[in-house]
Amino acid sequence: MVYRGPYKIRAEEKDVPAIEHPNDAIVRVQLAAICGSDLHLYHGMLPDTRVGMTFGHEFIGVVDEVGSSVRNLQRGDRVMVPFNIFCGTCWYCARGLYSNCHNVNPNATAVGGIYGYSHTCGGYDGGQAEYVRVPFADVGPSRIPDWMEDEDAVLCTDALATGYFGAQLGDIVEGDVVVVFGAGPVGLYAAKCAWLMGAGRVIVIDHLEYRLEKARTFAQAETYNFTEYDDIVVHLKKLTDFLGADVAIDAVGAEADGNFTQHVTSAKLKMQGGSPVALNWAIDSVRKGATISVMGAYGPIFSAIKFGDAMNKGLTLRMNQCPVKRQWPRLFEHIRNGYLKPSEIVTHRIPLEHISEGYHIFSAKLDGCIKPLVVPTAG
Amino acid sequence: MTYTPQRPPISESSDQLRARIPGWGVDLDPKNRPSVPKLQYQEDLTGAHWEFPERQPEKWPRERSPEHKFLTPVFGTACPPHGLSGAIRRFAYHYSEGRAAHWLLLMAADRVDAVESHLKSFLTPHPDNPITETGVLSEFSHHGLASRFGQKRADLKHQPLDPIIVGGPWILAGGLVYVACRALKKGIGSRS
Repeated sequence: MVYRGPYKIRAEEKDVPAIEHPNDAIVRVQLAAICGSDLHLYHGMLPDTRVGMTFGHEFIGVVDEVGSSVRNLQRGDRVMVPFNIFCGTCWYCARGLYSNCHNVNPNATAVGGIYGYSHTCGGYDGGQAEYVRVPFADVGPSRIPDWMEDEDAVLCTDALATGYFGAQLGDIVEGDVVVVFGAGPVGLYAAKCAWLMGAGRVIVIDHLEYRLEKARTFAQAETYNFTEYDDIVVHLKKLTDFLGADVAIDAVGAEADGNFTQHVTSAKLKMQGGSPVALNWAIDSVRKGATISVMGAYGPIFSAIKFGDAMNKGLTLRMNQCPVKRQWPRLFEHIRNGYLKPSEIVTHRIPLEHISEGYHIFSAKLDGCIKPLVVPTAG
Repeated sequence: MTYTPQRPPISESSDQLRARIPGWGVDLDPKNRPSVPKLQYQEDLTGAHWEFPERQPEKWPRERSPEHKFLTPVFGTACPPHGLSGAIRRFAYHYSEGRAAHWLLLMAADRVDAVESHLKSFLTPHPDNPITETGVLSEFSHHGLASRFGQKRADLKHQPLDPIIVGGPWILAGGLVYVACRALKKGIGSRS
């Protein structure tokens, strides 16, 4: 998969990546996914997205080659790779903030290293490919447990882990009313995981009926289509006896629809780092003293966020890219116990050579698409 | 009731939720949540056997944020800067991430890169093809119309305007450049 400019990608032959550091591994990709945040790259939202780049930060595969200092992996190991690239020993990694690693991204200090996510995130090629270079192979990847299916494993590399992390950032206590903005993959997982943390009521807001249907069946959530209400904030206040939700989770990010001006100035004209419609609805719809969790991806440029309201309401805003590997042990338990079945949200399986169609289907939300997987030819 | 001390009641009790939702409350105790407590020192360093990693060789003057003390020990090498877009990118990295100029120059470089690469593709056996590369053919094979109409989608409101909104500023900028060039040419002509 190669980026050719906004809204244009194609499958083409590139050189097989090489070991560039003694702790690198080369992984032959068996399964990858397209993430909602890949669409921000595809639409030209994220600065320093260069033509020729290969996207893809959700992938699993088989180790094909290892560098001279790799001790924990060997050729033939079946591995899952977290979307964060991290060294394990910098100040941040040593404290569990793997997504904020300081040793892998020379292009920016505001964000860590991410596979296939522009040069702002370090300039690494991603996993929507047949082969991918995996730096710090002793630290990031893990062998996939024998009992785990490939489609579940690939969803643990970002979407599920991020949804689970987003629910955690909400600091949910027993009986909390949790409202999730966005019924894409991460929003669905966040809604599902909010129950594990003891939510008393989980409400999901979106405008796509097929995704809301999934939120009802997969995440057992109460759902509302915001296009059916004059003012979704007032509706949410009414639903909570005019108190507001205890926790709001923004699982939308940079390209939120629902406010024409915000959408045009951000998603279309790139004058903002993201359309903060969902975030502003979150700020408005929670009670005073509530917590807002943000995992929707935004660009680095400013966005018109209602910070004054957040301050006056005494809100706690918590956010980060998910430190994926830190979530895995507990997530694996939940999958094994049957509390989570990540692959239930997969709707499309696309051969790598049809990647252009895959991106368009996902981006234009055709055909009931919720989560597309990419199957490389060599996998 | 909001205007009194009690919180509004939830229609289901915790026991009812536990019975209805598999795994309800298994992470109710924050101690079971993986990222709690925050910023706790991780003894195992997740398998790293270095304190500071060995450094990856720098094959070209790798651009880096001035907010970094030095080039990080590991970095990506996907697309080295090239051409005019590369020059703009290198210039952008003179500014810190705190400056709007940094990001706006990078966005501009991205657009220049797209145009440069598009033109360059016509010199190769594999020129850009806007039909296949935008994936627009899936509109016909994956229910393009049925996916949009009668679905209450919020984005339908702006979709017809999107091409104008996206293309308009480029056409306007092109027009302004044309007018500026004409004025410049006229000015030079009247002086000679």
